[in-house]
Amino acid sequence: MSLPQKTSYGQALRDGFAYLLKNHPEVFTIGQGLWSPWYVGNSMTDLDREFGKERVIDTPVAELACTGVAVGAAISGKRPVIIHPRVDFAMLAVDQIVNQAAKWCHMLGGQVCVPVTIRAIINRGGEQGAQHSQSLQSWFAHIPGLRVVMPATAQDARDLLIASVLCDDPVMFIDDRWLYEQEDVLDPVREFDLRQEGPEIRRSGKDITLVSCSYSLQQCLQAAHALGERGIEAEVIDLRVLNPLERGPIIHSIRKTGRLLAVDGDWATCGMAAEVIASAVEGVEPGIWKKAPSRITLPDAPAPTSKPLEQAYYFQVKDIVQRATEMVGGKK
Amino acid sequence: MAAQKQKPGDLGDLSLPDKYRAPIGLAGFSKAKAVDWLKSLVLIRAAEEKIGEEFGKAVIKCPCHLVIGQEAPAVGLADHIMKGDRVFGAHRSHAHYLALGGNLHQLMAEVLGKETGCSKGMGGSMHLYQPEVGFHGSVPIVGSTIPIAVGAALSIQMDKTKNVAVSFLGDGATEEGVFHESLNFAANFCLPVIFIVENNLFSSHLHIDLRQPYDSTCRFAEANGIPWQRVDGNDVAAVSRACQSATRQARLGTGPQFIEMVTYRWRGHVGHREDLDVGVKRKDDLNLWKKRDPIARLAKGMEKKKWLQPGEFERWEKKAEKEVFKAWNQAEKDPYPQSEALLGRVYFQGNRR
Repeated sequence: MSLPQKTSYGQALRDGFAYLLKNHPEVFTIGQGLWSPWYVGNSMTDLDREFGKERVIDTPVAELACTGVAVGAAISGKRPVIIHPRVDFAMLAVDQIVNQAAKWCHMLGGQVCVPVTIRAIINRGGEQGAQHSQSLQSWFAHIPGLRVVMPATAQDARDLLIASVLCDDPVMFIDDRWLYEQEDVLDPVREFDLRQEGPEIRRSGKDITLVSCSYSLQQCLQAAHALGERGIEAEVIDLRVLNPLERGPIIHSIRKTGRLLAVDGDWATCGMAAEVIASAVEGVEPGIWKKAPSRITLPDAPAPTSKPLEQAYYFQVKDIVQRATEMVGGKK
Repeated sequence: MAAQKQKPGDLGDLSLPDKYRAPIGLAGFSKAKAVDWLKSLVLIRAAEEKIGEEFGKAVIKCPCHLVIGQEAPAVGLADHIMKGDRVFGAHRSHAHYLALGGNLHQLMAEVLGKETGCSKGMGGSMHLYQPEVGFHGSVPIVGSTIPIAVGAALSIQMDKTKNVAVSFLGDGATEEGVFHESLNFAANFCLPVIFIVENNLFSSHLHIDLRQPYDSTCRFAEANGIPWQRVDGNDVAAVSRACQSATRQARLGTGPQFIEMVTYRWRGHVGHREDLDVGVKRKDDLNLWKKRDPIARLAKGMEKKKWLQPGEFERWEKKAEKEVFKAWNQAEKDPYPQSEALLGRVYFQGNRR
C-alpha cells in the first residue's frame, strides 16, 4: 500500500484554478504576470498553456482598470478572478474593490450580483521593505459587501478558492507565500457554498483559545504543540472567512477556556485581532474571563528592510508560546 | 466631419457658444426619426425641470446632476443600441437612462428613495439601473464605470456576439488615471466598446481651460490608436450619425471607438441652480449657449422640412409635462423600502448559477 500523496498549498491553488477553468466556462483569470514563471509562485504554472491565453490573461500594468474590467465582466455573466501578485499593488485598485464591487448589489437594490474574486498575495520577508510586505486583511474586512477569505491550509487553499469564485458576491481572497510549502493530503474536490463557511477549530483545548488565520494560524498550531508539551491545552480557531465574521465559535470556545489570545500578521490598530477581542468582550459574560484578552500582531510600523529590524518585526512561534504561557499562569 | 481634418487636441469653433446655432440639418433622416428624437428630448427636459423644481423645494434631497441643455448625446446614441448592448453612465445620467427607454416613474421613485425605484430606492439619482433597456449602471465616482464598460466589452468578446458596450463619461473623467488605463486596455485587446465623452467644458465649477492644456479630449484616443470623431453634441442628427458609424465598426470586431460630443449644461454641477457665480466664462457663456439649444434647433430644422405643424411642438411639451406629472405623483405616494432592506441587500440573496 502506497502512502497517500500530499499536495502543497501552492499546488493546491493551482488545482483549484484548473478545476474552475475546466468545469466552469464562465470563469477566467486576469492579472499581471500570469504568463510569467515566477509572479505568483507555483500557484498558476502553465494554466495559460492548458486553458488558453484568452482565459488566463496577462495584462498591461494597470491594476485599477484591470480590476474594473473584472468587475464589468462579473456583472456581465462571467466569474473572473483578478490577481494582484502583491497585495501592496492592489492599493491602486481600491476604488473598484471598495466603491464598486462591494457596493453594487446593495445600492442597486439587490438586483445585480458581482461575482468577482480579487486574489491578492502576501509576499513578505526577504528584506523587501515597506511596499512589498503588507498584509492588509483588516482593511478589507472593514468593508460591508466584501467577503474576505484567508486559507491557512492546502486543503482550504483549493476548496475556499473554488467556493470564492463560485460565490455570487465579491470576494477578497488573500493567500500568503509563506504558506506555499504547507502540505495536506487533499480530499476529492467538492464545491462548497462560501456563505456556509466560517471558523473551524483546528485543535481542541481547555486552557486558552488562540484565534488566528492564514500563516499565523500555522504558527498558532506549532505554538499549541509546544504548549502541550508544557501541559497547557490550547484551543486553536482558524477564522478562514474574516468578513462577514461568524463570532459564535470564538465566543463558545472562550466560555470553555476563559482566555483569549488573538494572533494576526497584520497591524494592531483597528486590526483583525482587535475585532476578535472586541467581539469576544461583547459576547462572553464578564464572570467567565480568567484573564484579560490579549493580542499578538505586527508592531504599528511599516515593514523594515534591514535584516535585524525585520527579525524584530515579524513575531515568532516562541512569542505566542511565551504570551500564552504567561496568560495561563506558567507551567502546569 | 473627417477626423483627419480636425486636430485631436483642439475643439476649434465647437467650443464657441455663438456658433452652431443654425437649425439642425435632417438630410438622410425620416420625419418619423425626427419626431422620435424631439419627443425623447422634450420628455427628458420636462423630467429634469420637474426634478430641479422638487430639488429646489428640498422635496428631493439626494444629489441630482441635471442634464438640461445636454440631452442630445443620450438620444442620438439610443437609436443604435440593440438588445444585449451594455451602456454605462456616471453622475449625470438621467438622460442616458430615459433615452434608452428607462421607466420614468421608476426614475422619479428612485430620486425619492422609494422601493418602486429603478434601484429599489437604494441608489438615488446617482445609481440608476435598468438592464432590460440596456442601461447597466451609473455611479458618481468619476471614471469608475469606464473600466467596467471595458469589462462588459471583454465579456461580449468572449461570448462572440455582435454586441457593444458604451461608456458615457465627462471631460473631467479624462483627467482620471483609470481613463487612460482603460483606453490602453481596450485598444490592446481590441474590445467592442465605445467611449463617449460629453465635453461640456466644465468639471464641477472648473472650466476645461483651467484643467487641461488642450480643450479636446480626442487627443487621448489618438494616443491609443483608437478611431475618434468629434461632433456638435447639441446636434442630435450629428450625434446619431457618429454613433451609427461607431457602433457599426465596433460590431465588426475592429476594436474600440471614441466620440467627443461638445455640449453645455445649463444648470450647475449639482442641483437646480445655474451656478452663474462659479468658474470662468460661465456668466458670459450661459445665455449664449441657451441659443444653441438642442431642442429648439431640432424643432427649427423640422419646421424647415414642414415636419412640424404650428402648435405641435407645444402640444408635445404639454404631453411630456403631463406624463412627468403623473409619474411624479405616483412616486410620491409610493412606499419607502422596508427596514430589512438595510442589511438584507448587502450580499446577493439570489442564485445566479
